[in-house]
Amino acid sequence: MTDTIEAGAKAVGAPLRRKEDAHLLTGQTSWTDNLQLPGMLHMAMLRSPMAHAKVTRVDGSAALARPGVVAVYTGADLGSVSIPCVWPVTPDMVAPAYPIVATDEVRYAGDVVAVVVADSNAHAVDALEAVDVEYEPLPAVVDMEAALADGSPLVHADKGTNKCYYWEFTGGDYAAAAAKAEVIVKRRFIQQRLIPTAMEPRSVVCSPMGASGEITLWSATQVPHIVRVLLALSTGIPEQQIRVIAPDVGGGFGSKLEFYREEAIAALVAGRLGRPVKWTESRSEGYVSTIHGRDQIQDIEAAALRDGTLLGIKADIKADMGAYLQIITPGTPLLGAFMYNGIYKMEGYHFGATGVFTTKTPTDAYRGAGRPEATFALERIMDELAAELGMEPLELREKNWIKHEEFPYTTIAGLEYDSGNYEAATARAKELFDYDGLRREQQERRDRNDPVQLGIGISTFTEMCGLAPSRILSALNYVAGGWEQATVRVLPTGKVEVVTGSSPHGQGHVTAWSQIAADALGVPFEDIQVIHGDTRSSPNGMDTYGSRSLAVGGIAVLRAAERVVDKARLIAAHQLECDPGDLEFTGGTFRVKGTPGAETTIQAVAFEAFTAHNLPDGVEPTLMADSTVDPDTFSYPHGTHLCAVEVDTETGATRIRNYTCVDDIGNVVNPMIVEGQVHGGLAQGIAQALFEEAVYDESGNLVTGTMVDYLVPSAADLPWFTTDRTVTPATTNPLGVKGVGEAGAIASTPAVVNAVVDALRPLGVTDVQMPCSPHRVWRAIQTANGGAA
Amino acid sequence: MTRIGITVDGVRTEDDVEPRLLLVHYLRERLGRVGTPIGCDTSNCGACTVLMDGVSVKSCAVLTVQADGSEITTIQGLAAGGEWHPVQQAFHEEHGLQCGYCTPGMVLAAVDLLANNPDPSEQEIREGLEGNLCRCTGYQNIVKAVQSAARQMQEAGQ
Repeated sequence: MTDTIEAGAKAVGAPLRRKEDAHLLTGQTSWTDNLQLPGMLHMAMLRSPMAHAKVTRVDGSAALARPGVVAVYTGADLGSVSIPCVWPVTPDMVAPAYPIVATDEVRYAGDVVAVVVADSNAHAVDALEAVDVEYEPLPAVVDMEAALADGSPLVHADKGTNKCYYWEFTGGDYAAAAAKAEVIVKRRFIQQRLIPTAMEPRSVVCSPMGASGEITLWSATQVPHIVRVLLALSTGIPEQQIRVIAPDVGGGFGSKLEFYREEAIAALVAGRLGRPVKWTESRSEGYVSTIHGRDQIQDIEAAALRDGTLLGIKADIKADMGAYLQIITPGTPLLGAFMYNGIYKMEGYHFGATGVFTTKTPTDAYRGAGRPEATFALERIMDELAAELGMEPLELREKNWIKHEEFPYTTIAGLEYDSGNYEAATARAKELFDYDGLRREQQERRDRNDPVQLGIGISTFTEMCGLAPSRILSALNYVAGGWEQATVRVLPTGKVEVVTGSSPHGQGHVTAWSQIAADALGVPFEDIQVIHGDTRSSPNGMDTYGSRSLAVGGIAVLRAAERVVDKARLIAAHQLECDPGDLEFTGGTFRVKGTPGAETTIQAVAFEAFTAHNLPDGVEPTLMADSTVDPDTFSYPHGTHLCAVEVDTETGATRIRNYTCVDDIGNVVNPMIVEGQVHGGLAQGIAQALFEEAVYDESGNLVTGTMVDYLVPSAADLPWFTTDRTVTPATTNPLGVKGVGEAGAIASTPAVVNAVVDALRPLGVTDVQMPCSPHRVWRAIQTANGGAA
Repeated sequence: MTRIGITVDGVRTEDDVEPRLLLVHYLRERLGRVGTPIGCDTSNCGACTVLMDGVSVKSCAVLTVQADGSEITTIQGLAAGGEWHPVQQAFHEEHGLQCGYCTPGMVLAAVDLLANNPDPSEQEIREGLEGNLCRCTGYQNIVKAVQSAARQMQEAGQ
């Protein structure tokens, strides 16, 4: 059912249908929760119903007497093991221990107090109520600013503060820019807390392998390699005895870029009982136990001259860590630290971030991770500045953005953008959108006081992705690298295996990596198998997140394949009795230049390399090579997103009338997959703008704790997207590619909110807090009217 | 325990089940038909959608005893004789899936939608699939796939 392409045709760039689809469309899937192992036990987590409390007693004896229950573990049994944070952003960052089972205190509703193990999931869940726990309530800490105020109750009393860290970065001289400014526009924006909601809930299975002490851990994770290292570091299980498998994984969006307590608990419980164990979260359990995203207060100001010249940006944010630090919780906001300047030139730049503990589920990377927040604040303030100056918002942007002839360009934040063409993407987007026509209609509606107003929102975004150059990660105090590895093997029969350290969970790597290898090796697309997601078969990898797979892992595939060809060339030259330099290689065939008929194929060379009967001196048997790529720099996709909304000023209802985006992600390997990535990102970004919000009450309960209350949009809630691309190849990698996985989510949120505000600006509205629900929009209109909202 | 008889993807089984056992758990845990996944606990997401006597149901919202005597088609039984259903084929051609977790339910909901409305408009497709959530695709390619399947099925007289 996979596509085939004609011999000699290029696979890269073709919209080949995915190899991944067949098993997914017929239910032949290997989700972690599908696993049933002989003798397998099931774990259920007893979770704190309180946001903050002393735990004075945990007694599992009654639960142990319940049908089917095999064991009950508490903090006394397992609480000495902690989840590590791998991103200590400052030397003085407050990093409290995060025990995998709470010992004497719970700090968010959902914190684990005990683990019940039984012969079925039903028995384990049934027995939770029999675990006797005594709580002494402590005050919840819900609001970040209150948490930072003197005298606030503390999430971690022994730390003496709710501040996790303060981190600052500057470029140029913002104070000087502000002193020179004729206009300074200040705004406070709220990045509401979001729940990533990958469709596959998290699940983990662990099987001990008997006397050897080895364990195999299956997990619904984006990062099997990282899980293996952190499992070894946190539990002391020797790393070489741990095998981690990420089988079919149903989406992640950052929420599975983690090492979670349930993974450690599974490994330890399986080891103690000597039996396989499984845990799968229910959705409402996942809503409190799997990381949340965003949750920032953003104070931003833009300094400019009256003619629209942007002089500087100052952004100070407060970022809610939640109760504990997951693996990259504190670093996530800093992924936006170099992005509050976006595509614009300026003289001064200031970014400051304060991490704050609250008694809520920990936050961490959610699709875009730091860059959506930065892009939102910047693109919103650009619209506010345009309004203040009375300028057309697109003209203000154009006046200040980096011109295409200025690349490579080192920004005020110190990043060197290698390539881009904002003029081209914007021109194309305006044309597809009918920008001028919609502006005319907007004016007409305003002139006739139409109760349904039209708003046009703009987002000319860029982002840094392709995480990441290891030396830059080091400079940011991240404890690991950002490389990726691939191995390419041509088998004796001429078929090919590509082993990748990237770990896909919906992105289509099997197809895209096959396309890259097919062209580089000159072998048929369908002859290639891609192996991933198992630390035994793909032992080295840094996994999939941060729009990094193609720009890092894909390059590793290309380089490994090129090394295979280099080796094959030596063998082919030996077989054809010529100098390697006399061979040309196209479409999988080596030909001696100027000697028709003197040729051999890479498949034939692979067989020669396998038999090893007649290899040149110094060439080892088998035809394989690997490559580990550590990029020199990030990748900088960009694009122009335009959104038109109709807002009913009487009801507050917002309808997206037209969403058009033109993204520039450089060259593409598979345009069909790219478009799908853009669509999915748009959906999540629009959902932040209009629908989704994780709401806590003042006691620290997650009010939106089920899918009934947390509004993941359906097909009926989203518009048709008009998407297109311009192509400005990256100059920093041999494929000329840039990342695309997060672009839609980064760009779309401000486009939508700018459109909503634009519709209402004649009514005096200058902001609507996300999500722009009918109630919020209506209230903003009433407030602007001076009404009692 | 209650005695039930049920036909799943063409295979009839008789079994004793607890009255509280949900159909999706019966399919997954007793019959090993794990192609039908579970995505939520509130019957919002639709990932577990199957056809019960030809009508789409969320199998997390059906007790196994309610399915007594019925014929269940899961994603694993949709391809008759190894030939993909036009909806499966169209999801492949139009890139209507990414991670694939919602896909079994989405495909079966679309099969039911097209049985009731062989020529749906874009809006009718969007509203018809409202009970099935997808987090990857933004739905556009799913809509395209259902439109494409509708054309294919009409041309084939299905």
